[in-house]
Amino acid sequence: MAKYLLKRVLYMFLTLFIIASLTFFLMKIIPGTPFASANKLGPAQMEIMKAKYGLDQPVPVQYAKYIGNLLQGDLGISFQFNNTPVTDLMFKRLGPSMQLGAQAMLFGTIVGILLGIFAALRQNTWVDYSSTFVAVLGKSIPNFVFAGLLQYFVGVKLGWFPVLFWRGFEYTILPTIALSMLPIAIAARFMRTEMIEVLGSDYITLAKAKGASFFEIAFKHALRNAMIPLVTVLGPLAISLMTGSLVIEKIFAIPGLGEQFVKSITVNDYPVIMGTTVLFAALFVVIILVVDILYGIIDPRIRLSGGKK
Amino acid sequence: MENILEVKDLNISFHTFAGEVKAIRGVNFELKKGETLAIVGESGSGKSVTTKAIMRLLPPGNSEIKQGEILFEGKDLAKLTDKQMQKIRGQDISMIFQDPMTSLNPTMTVGKQIMEPLIKHQNMSKTAARERAVQLLKLVGIPKPELRIKQYPHQFSGGMRQRVVIAIALACNPKVLIADEPTTALDVTIQAQILELMKDLQKKIDTSIIFITHDLGVVANVADRVAVMYGGKIVEIGTVDEVFYNPQHPYTWGLISSMPSLDAKEEELYAIPGTPPNLLYPPKGDAFAPRNEYAMQIDLEEQPPMFKVSDTHYAATWLLHPDAPKVEPPEAVKSRMRKFMGTK
Repeated sequence: MAKYLLKRVLYMFLTLFIIASLTFFLMKIIPGTPFASANKLGPAQMEIMKAKYGLDQPVPVQYAKYIGNLLQGDLGISFQFNNTPVTDLMFKRLGPSMQLGAQAMLFGTIVGILLGIFAALRQNTWVDYSSTFVAVLGKSIPNFVFAGLLQYFVGVKLGWFPVLFWRGFEYTILPTIALSMLPIAIAARFMRTEMIEVLGSDYITLAKAKGASFFEIAFKHALRNAMIPLVTVLGPLAISLMTGSLVIEKIFAIPGLGEQFVKSITVNDYPVIMGTTVLFAALFVVIILVVDILYGIIDPRIRLSGGKK
Repeated sequence: MENILEVKDLNISFHTFAGEVKAIRGVNFELKKGETLAIVGESGSGKSVTTKAIMRLLPPGNSEIKQGEILFEGKDLAKLTDKQMQKIRGQDISMIFQDPMTSLNPTMTVGKQIMEPLIKHQNMSKTAARERAVQLLKLVGIPKPELRIKQYPHQFSGGMRQRVVIAIALACNPKVLIADEPTTALDVTIQAQILELMKDLQKKIDTSIIFITHDLGVVANVADRVAVMYGGKIVEIGTVDEVFYNPQHPYTWGLISSMPSLDAKEEELYAIPGTPPNLLYPPKGDAFAPRNEYAMQIDLEEQPPMFKVSDTHYAATWLLHPDAPKVEPPEAVKSRMRKFMGTK
């Protein structure tokens, strides 16, 4: 197991290196400069600015320098935010995004899984239809619509939760709910399909023949088997939620990563783009590893190599 | 001998989009204490549906017991609530399924799966249940049971898995064991082992067995009595000797003729012509009549009642009517009958 994990971690670094390199060169292909007032600068001033940030050197040299810094954990300094180091900038903003994403993910999957289970157990009844209805809404209506509705009805009309900003747990509730609609929808649909399939399998009939009750069948026998495919979908979904949602962060005035990332692309803030990409990629490979380990926990048939004794 | 289970005039229908499929049309039989009753018949004849109905394992949404009684120790299982039925399943009546590769839960250790009914029905503690599980695995012939109960089904071979399924079924010493084609998915050498094991265990725990199969060779090996099913009905029922040495129904003749034999002189294996009836539109007369070369006019018009051949042997064919012409079984059946006699 330890050997396997070590191998996986090495591959993770290799993956990250490749992603960092590709992003670097792709970014260099995009025309434009990071300097906001570029059109006001003369050619000489432009040269000075470029030299200051090391952009006058040939691309391979820039690349070597960047990778060198990256290996030391230095992501450079941001061009747009008053020369703040990218690491400071990112980690300050990573917190809210991760918290919001994790909360939405946790709430969304739990609600979605329960909806899916009950829909499968009460197939073709009102329970099933309502669960489908919720899932279709969650998948087809963009989350900013939910955000607006929640802000207006729950925040303003009912006054239960604050509408804006990020100043404590109660501030996180509305954005969490708005963001969790998608995981609810996805988890509910997947869970329903899988549960129905699992409930029709021979080992469920055997469990019934043993005298197991309805709930024992659903939760002791079926749930774990139905979870296996869901884990595959939820991994990547967790990343996309935890790396920040531009729209939700904007609507609820949350100082998160999503907003910053989009802004840095429009102004060619190279270090921030690179830093964010590498960070997202790192999260991604870590989650993929977590998903693989989860598989082994849920399904004994796919215990990781070396894990079976 | 005392009857442990009696099925009386059982009628079961499935509601499909195409209409009502009358899968079981008036099945009667009884199971005596300690005996093995084999139910034979081709796919779709209603063997599995009958036994699933006894266990009440038919899908609740689209199946319906239209009429009839399933009497187990005097209680009508067809009328019990789900809760009452849960207490009977696994405790008094248990079941072995056809495909051991899919009938064990892949994410649960074998030990837990065996312990489940013990904890549920016999209020055993976990430790006691584990001890019993080890004993059961030993009983069904799995080596190193202490080690094996911690393993998952995928670490077992097909034959070993079927032994586990048998261990689960026997955990609570059931009074009735239903084996739904327990050897069909296994290869021949393993089949023989599993059959030996079942015969052996039946003696040890004194249970009655309903054995579903379409393999007449297996029937001769394990059963005391045989019921032949066709088109949702029992067409012939009797002791193994009676059904094998003195078959009465043309369908039974067909089944016996289509048994492959090692020293067969005939070039081709006999197959019963035609296909089974569509039970969406059950025939008015004898369901086997369209495939029956001995069919008479009355076979197409009226369903034959059960004619008594002996106290234990009944068959539903008009050929047994006193007015029917005397028909001899075909030569293939006779030659096989002679062979059965010879081997005995």
